Amino acid sequence: MSLLAAQGICKAFGGIRALDTCSISVEEGSITGLIGPNGSGKTTMFNVITGYERSDSGQVMFQGQNITNASPAKIFRLGIGRTFQLTRIFPRMTVMENMHVAVQRNDLKGLLSRWSMSHEQQRALELLDFVGLAKLKDDLAGTLSFGQKKLLEFACILIAEPKVILLDEPAGGVNPTMVNYLAERIRTLNQRGITFLVVEHNMEFVMSLCSKVMVMHRGTRIAEGTPAEVRSNPAVLEAYLGD
Amino acid sequence: MKLILEAIVTGLLTGGVYALMSSGLTLLFGVMEIINVGQGALVILGAYLSYVLEKNLHIDLFLGLLITMPVMFVGGILIEILFIRPVKGDRTMLSILVTYGIALIIEGILNLIFSADYVQLHAWYVTASFNIGGFYLSYIYVFGFLLAVVLLGALYLLLYYTKFGYGLRATMQNRMAAELIGIDVDRISTITFGIGIALAAAGGMAFGATNAFDAGSSYDLISRLLAIIVFGGMGSLSGALIASLGMLVVEDVTSVVWSPVWASTVFYILLVIILIVRPQGLLGQAEGRKQ
Amino acid sequence: MRILKPLWLLLLLAVALVFPLLFPNPTVTTMMIFALLFAAIATGWNIISGYTGYVALGHTAFFGIGAYALALMCQDWHIPGGYEPFYLIPVAGLVVLPISAFFGWIALRVRRHTFIVITIAMFFVVQLLAYNLRFITNGSTGLSLPLPTDWSGDFYNIPFYYVTLLLLLISLAVSWWIRNSKFGLGLLAIRDDEDRAMGLGVRTNASKLAAFIISAVIVGMAGAIWAYFVESIYPASTFDPNFDVAMALMAFLGGLGTLSGPVLGALIVELAQQYFTIQYGQNGYYLIVYGALFLIVIIFMPRGIIPTARDLWRKYRVARSQQVIEVNLATTPAASKGASTDTEKKEGINL
Repeated sequence: MSLLAAQGICKAFGGIRALDTCSISVEEGSITGLIGPNGSGKTTMFNVITGYERSDSGQVMFQGQNITNASPAKIFRLGIGRTFQLTRIFPRMTVMENMHVAVQRNDLKGLLSRWSMSHEQQRALELLDFVGLAKLKDDLAGTLSFGQKKLLEFACILIAEPKVILLDEPAGGVNPTMVNYLAERIRTLNQRGITFLVVEHNMEFVMSLCSKVMVMHRGTRIAEGTPAEVRSNPAVLEAYLGD
Repeated sequence: MKLILEAIVTGLLTGGVYALMSSGLTLLFGVMEIINVGQGALVILGAYLSYVLEKNLHIDLFLGLLITMPVMFVGGILIEILFIRPVKGDRTMLSILVTYGIALIIEGILNLIFSADYVQLHAWYVTASFNIGGFYLSYIYVFGFLLAVVLLGALYLLLYYTKFGYGLRATMQNRMAAELIGIDVDRISTITFGIGIALAAAGGMAFGATNAFDAGSSYDLISRLLAIIVFGGMGSLSGALIASLGMLVVEDVTSVVWSPVWASTVFYILLVIILIVRPQGLLGQAEGRKQ
Repeated sequence: MRILKPLWLLLLLAVALVFPLLFPNPTVTTMMIFALLFAAIATGWNIISGYTGYVALGHTAFFGIGAYALALMCQDWHIPGGYEPFYLIPVAGLVVLPISAFFGWIALRVRRHTFIVITIAMFFVVQLLAYNLRFITNGSTGLSLPLPTDWSGDFYNIPFYYVTLLLLLISLAVSWWIRNSKFGLGLLAIRDDEDRAMGLGVRTNASKLAAFIISAVIVGMAGAIWAYFVESIYPASTFDPNFDVAMALMAFLGGLGTLSGPVLGALIVELAQQYFTIQYGQNGYYLIVYGALFLIVIIFMPRGIIPTARDLWRKYRVARSQQVIEVNLATTPAASKGASTDTEKKEGINL
């Protein structure tokens, strides 16, 4: 049984079928890639899995539990984190404050205590160090560079200790050094037990990082396998080159 | 029963005038996402302009609109360029403060020029009335309603049959997208502001002919206009129309059936009920979940 | 500067505490009472409008409800003038609580722009009710509050001053504590990106409502103090729409969302208002000048004094540290590690 699986998802926007009986699955402990030409429905799939879009039909299962159409907050609490294509952080709060928002306490006492004194402070500092942003912890997040914002968004997800992270184009718009840095961070975290599902256009990034790759085209999955298998699959080539 | 019928008719007729005033507000919110809390003051300004034209130059109220409307249209454009455009930051919130400041200045000037006496616009049709179906209806109510019909009809034609109107509607729906397809949203915003103020001029004349007013009347007026656009759904012109007619009919009927004291209160209570049931107003757009 | 901050604040507090003794002139203390009252109101208002970004322009409704609550309690329970009414001020706040919960719940279900207008509309509803529910509010005639007859003319302002100061201190404490708590972080997150905050597990609906209620209760208690101070209240004076705008202006002028901004803004606006009323009276000139000032503030200092000042200070510090780095590089071949003084500690009092 895979850790995260979406089965038979259909989603239409007006007349446009964004997802057409699409099924993907992510094995625990893997770094799985999701690729496909523009408009194939990858981000829509992400949105459906994480609760930002309602699916018309189909199921999303996480650890055997049905989480179809659950709210984004619930999904986050269950241990599924995600990043966005257009990086979203809280620009008017400091880097440190951004980190602390991501860990919401459920009890009233935790809510009312000073966040800077909580034990998550240590963990937040560690994570900021992990992504290389420790020196900027008191800067306003809005002043960070694009690549730094991506790292911050990443760190915010990590502090919640998710089991699986969905990355939506993590290498998009970022310089090659940063791309390698990101890949290396992902590998390290994967070794520590976090599962990843990565949507990316950067082929090198995907092929070098992922153990399994799924290909989407026109709202459905057309191929899956190891990077080598997918690379030589004629259907995949046609999807990218055709149309 | 006859009284109720009469109340409904008067309500509809005066509601038309309120629709005129609130449509200006709706346009401004829809196109520019600003809340012009000075609309009340601008309506009163329009009323005073008509007053001056009528009293000193003996120009008929409706003919006077041919002067007051263009003048206030230009005034509106000036206000937009001088005070609205330069505002940086949270436009909606700051626009409230800016338009409030403008309203204060207008109120102050009017107070200085005209002092605190109540005035009302005069014409033969304000006092004369005609007999219809057994009760007497003042001509001005019908004329005011017709004015509203004509102007709102013209607005409708502008919105749906002209290129400018197309750009306006596009901007109302999605400002960024409109900009991306080459629509000059700044120019549209400025002109729309002018239109909104010009409509206030017309509304002012109709309001001033049916109510006694002074510089301080703007508060009561703006509170009603805001209630109307919330009830109808912010950004919806048809919503504003329905809400205006509804508000005035409810008020006039309540006056007759219960007591004038409770007239406005009943409407506001209906407003609260509608907000509980349907927070976005009658024809407003529901909140979606943003990605 | 950072180390000195607590000292500065203690000094301010000391001055505030002895102020009436230094300047016993009743006119002066009356002005200060109003100034402190508005500072408390602006601070409370900031908790919803500044922290969450949901600007509420109907809080005068709660001000008035608090005022009338106190008046009615004193009337019905035959409370004599003196210190007793002061003990009922928190009760007035408790009256405001459920009412603000109701209005807040209605108003917070829409997005920000509509929220603003709904709060304005709610205010007018309450204003109307104040006029019309004569059996409770006594209509336009209004209500009067008990008179502390055994307080001499010179002494009269003193208790009011300290009670108002206490309210201000409590409001500041609440605001500071919220700002530094997880709850406050949630509010700020809502302001920046509400959907993402929701996605990260922030309980947005409950947080917004809580902030709304807290701010309303503070403003309500201020209304109660005000009612007792002015001795008689009626709908026109208590439910004044200009009040809402004044609240907003104060917080904006000082800096919306900061802790000290609303206090500074309130002091400036309130004292300026008093000055203008004395100079020009309540007629046309006053309105024109007031309106013009409004426009000037909004157009030239939209973020308010405190944030603008902070930015300038930051720029100054960066420029200074640049100079120091350059000097160090010129004189010392080794790396100049200690030159950068940009590590602002978030411990201590965050103004």
